[in-house]
Amino acid sequence: MAEILVLVEQIDGDVKKVTLELLTLARTLGEPSAVWAGPGYSDTAKARLAEFGAAKVYVADSADIADYVVAPKAELLASLVAAKSPAAVLLAATAEGKEVAGRLAVKTDSGVITDAVGVGEGFVADQSIFGGGINVHSRVTKGTPIIAVRPNSTAPVAEAGAAVEEKVEVALSDAARGARVVERVKQEKGARPELTEAAIVVSGGRGVGSGENFAIIEKLADSLGAAVGASRAATDAGWYPHAFQVGQTGKTVSPQLYIAAGISGAIQHRAGMQTSKTIVVINKDPEAPIFEIADFGVVGDLHQVVPQLTEEIAKRK
Amino acid sequence: MNIVVCVKQVPDTATERKLRSDDKTLDRDAADGVINELCEYAVEEALRLKEANGGEVTVLTMGPDKATDTIRKALAMGADKAVHLVDPALHGSDALSTSYALAQTLKKIGFDLVILGSESTDARTGMLAAMLAERLGVPQLTLANKVEVGKGEITVQRVTDYGFDKVAATLPAVISVVEKINEPRYPSFKGIMAAKKKPVQTFGIADAEIDAALVGLAGAWSEVADFAAAPPRAAGAVVKDEGDGGVKAADFLTSKKFI
Repeated sequence: MAEILVLVEQIDGDVKKVTLELLTLARTLGEPSAVWAGPGYSDTAKARLAEFGAAKVYVADSADIADYVVAPKAELLASLVAAKSPAAVLLAATAEGKEVAGRLAVKTDSGVITDAVGVGEGFVADQSIFGGGINVHSRVTKGTPIIAVRPNSTAPVAEAGAAVEEKVEVALSDAARGARVVERVKQEKGARPELTEAAIVVSGGRGVGSGENFAIIEKLADSLGAAVGASRAATDAGWYPHAFQVGQTGKTVSPQLYIAAGISGAIQHRAGMQTSKTIVVINKDPEAPIFEIADFGVVGDLHQVVPQLTEEIAKRK
Repeated sequence: MNIVVCVKQVPDTATERKLRSDDKTLDRDAADGVINELCEYAVEEALRLKEANGGEVTVLTMGPDKATDTIRKALAMGADKAVHLVDPALHGSDALSTSYALAQTLKKIGFDLVILGSESTDARTGMLAAMLAERLGVPQLTLANKVEVGKGEITVQRVTDYGFDKVAATLPAVISVVEKINEPRYPSFKGIMAAKKKPVQTFGIADAEIDAALVGLAGAWSEVADFAAAPPRAAGAVVKDEGDGGVKAADFLTSKKFI
């Protein structure tokens, strides 16, 4: 079967959920080989990759790979593309994943597609563009298809793989050592899942009214094990950090459930959440455009509705 | 310091954006063209770096004739001069072709620092800065929410999932900036008037030694096979809160097995 390279996303050695999704997707296209780039590889990580069907694991775990921005990962993948001639390379369409994809495309003279929400036969990718208004099928026409897939596009399904390990040594070029990471600063974000990976996202907007009031959004999120997002109006007002902004100039999310509270639903916001599977809206303005894309809507004051919803969820658990 | 800031004209997000049925490229005539919002942060950052360190800011854009509006906007904000890469052969270029064409132009005009916005609001690939760094063989310091330039050196804070990385490199380099790194200035009346007199150099593909086979629709590395308007989402139930809105929302979540 055709070999499909999957670049593993991990944090401190923990394999991220999007990688399990990519392995699941890769199994429908060929035989997945996971590519581990950077330190932190362990038996636990290997077991996780095996559980989701990695036939092989290429391990390049030297510190160098993580010590320089993006370029080493692209060099590692390019060397594997040259050595193994895979049918395609899948990466996560995260900010960094897309940058790796871009450099890899230049290095291997191959076409690249970003933000795919599905990949079918012949590596034809589904994309949802212009704020979800148009669905596109695209394909790579030169080289090895390089496809960056949006997190939450595929439900991860376990299926055992052999995970045969192969150590890979890469001699990084000087060019790949251009931008050195001198310090990593981890900001406390508690137990909530990461915004782009979360299965459920609860977002607050202008209607929340203040930074303090975001506590009710956070409580609802915590009752569902969800991530917290914010509209641009809320981050512009300084009520919530920009890192949590959902929308065209912020993060794009595609969760199973998206709850929008006090968000009118301007195109700038919809561009970041319109591919969510189920959308629930709470807004006091019945004319708010966000209701047009709601699977369920409540016209009401979020300051009453959200706490009641949180309480009700606690009761029903 | 010779700073080049790459800007892009994009269709206004507030208007309906379309693909052309004939060649499946963005219909640039259907919508008003505006400067890509994230490029405004790039221009502002370039101006601030110039104000702090001296030098010159050149605006570089690739796009059709009407992209001159976007160039004028950046010049009105305070950039010194511009290069407009415009050629019918470039129509339909994908990210790889665009990065190739811009890299060729950058080699011609020279740079110490290239600044881009982190992505465009139309294609949203977020790859261009990384591709440029790769093609130019210079350090990539992207997704910056803070930039500091010293003598021949640059340090940025690169936004990550967990916080940020401090990244250091020597110049020349390519950087990209994220939203809210700064507050882009509004062009003053004086700035708008002055922009009309600032030099705008026009480059065709021959001027930048761009191989026509590697750009445009025919040169692209990927293609749109087909496209269609997304089917509208079926309108769901909307209830008015009569003191039980939260309960009703919970009922819906229960019916969908989220609770």
